[in-house]
Amino acid sequence: MPFDDSAPIIEIKNVSKYFGDFKALADVSLEISSGERVVICGPSGSGKSTLIRCVNRLESHEEGHVFVSGTELTDARASLMKVRSDVGMVFQQFNLFPHLKVIDNLTLGPRRALGLSEEAARARAMEYLERVQIPEQAEKYPLQLSGGQQQRVAIARSLCMEPRILLFDEPTSALDPEMINEVLDVMVELAGSGMTMVVVTHEMGFARRVADRMVFMDGGEIVEVAETEAFFTAPKSRRCRAFLDKILNH
Amino acid sequence: MKRAILLLSVFLFVAGCSGNWGWYVVDPRTPTGWINLTFMMRGAYYTLAISVVAISISVVVGLIIALPGLSKNKYLRGINRTYVEVVRSVPILVLILWVFYGLPELTGIRLNVFWAGVFALALSDSAFQAEIFRAGIQSIRRGQYEAAQSISLNYVDTMRFVILPQAIRRILPALGNQLVYMIKMSSLVSVIGLQDLTRNARELVVTEYRTLEIYTILVLEYLVIILIVSAGVRWLERRLQESERG
Ligand SMILES: Nc1ncnc2c1ncn2[C@@H]1O[C@H](COP(=O)(O)OP(=O)(O)OP(=O)(O)O)[C@@H](O)[C@H]1O
Ligand SMILES: [Mg+2]
Repeated sequence: MPFDDSAPIIEIKNVSKYFGDFKALADVSLEISSGERVVICGPSGSGKSTLIRCVNRLESHEEGHVFVSGTELTDARASLMKVRSDVGMVFQQFNLFPHLKVIDNLTLGPRRALGLSEEAARARAMEYLERVQIPEQAEKYPLQLSGGQQQRVAIARSLCMEPRILLFDEPTSALDPEMINEVLDVMVELAGSGMTMVVVTHEMGFARRVADRMVFMDGGEIVEVAETEAFFTAPKSRRCRAFLDKILNH
Repeated sequence: MKRAILLLSVFLFVAGCSGNWGWYVVDPRTPTGWINLTFMMRGAYYTLAISVVAISISVVVGLIIALPGLSKNKYLRGINRTYVEVVRSVPILVLILWVFYGLPELTGIRLNVFWAGVFALALSDSAFQAEIFRAGIQSIRRGQYEAAQSISLNYVDTMRFVILPQAIRRILPALGNQLVYMIKMSSLVSVIGLQDLTRNARELVVTEYRTLEIYTILVLEYLVIILIVSAGVRWLERRLQESERG
């Protein structure tokens, strides 16, 4: 089925997810259209990570359906290949490959999964390193970089795969405060480029600036979805108001 | 290491006090001594050859056996457990005898001494290699697999480019131990006639009768080889670590 651009690029329909007996996601539904920037927030343990990990199949769901660019996510090889090539992910702990130089972290996926030549992969890697403003670190190893630089390398590594969707799971939570902004700046720039972004974060300043819509989760459920301005000025649910009060008056 | 040399020299001194030494059998200044000594040292070729070939095979087999042990599927894990438990229960000497004398009767395939030895040593060592690799691979954090998946790497590429290079760095000391162990165990293959260090020493004893001197030289031969190997492994470890942290 060819993907129709007006259809949502991510469709989550009545998804439930269990860890043993524990229900981590309870009947969650959400549609995200191409180019949209969505920020997900909520208290710890509310299922934010689990939800976005279901979007690139790092977790599998027991009930409901997830579609990415029109393809349903299943364990079938074709489905996995499709979703992995469409969706990139940036992790809280960066998860760079410590034994590979920055440049090799970036070229590995394009060479092995996309079949690019060594030169083409290098050229692409340098292009994205420029974009995250650390081209001079190409020949270093990840552990020689600061946390903020490492996370920017991780973003560049995802971009090298040229995904349609980029997922961020608390990309600044492991960083020292003075490094948070250099990562957020890169993300803001990215948001301006039309990339579909789903971001789990507690950085409400960033959310207000770039998000089209906000999602608030609690106890494995989506409690509230709203346009960003409305979400911050007039949250409807009590739980969401309580959460925003706590996090904004911090 | 220093203590070992000290102990050895004390031991030799005490032994020498009995006034019953016959170092002439291995004295390089006399023609027969030189011939005897070079005869003994020629055994190093087979000791090293069989150890290196056997460990190369056992590392590969061990890795292949380790992989099902990491599976979520309990039957695959069962295959791994069974192999490891059964293979490591058989004493190496018994395995060497069985492969050399038993296997031909069972299968009609007669391996020569060298390959029978390689087979037995590699088989035995592979069970330990499998455990070492399993532990090494399990020590790699889940985030590394997830990052590899999120850049679309398949299982083979994930293992080859992401997981194994890191796991091997971590298990290098254990692999070094196994190599040392292998060199020592290879002496057992002399019982089926491999012309290694041990075999040559025993043959020389038969003609020269000087057991203490000849076996002392044999001890020193293994000591020297293993000290060199250990230094090599440590050098490799240091080099690989430097490349990560600089
Ligand atoms: N692999 C797992 N096995 C068992 N339980 C899990 C697993 N992963 C997550 N959970 C549980 O599922 C719930 C939701 O976890 P999740 O990581 O999605 O929360 P989160 O909203 O991302 O929280 P945080 O802000 O702390 O990252 C938590 O109660 C967590 O303990
Ligand atoms: Mg989380």
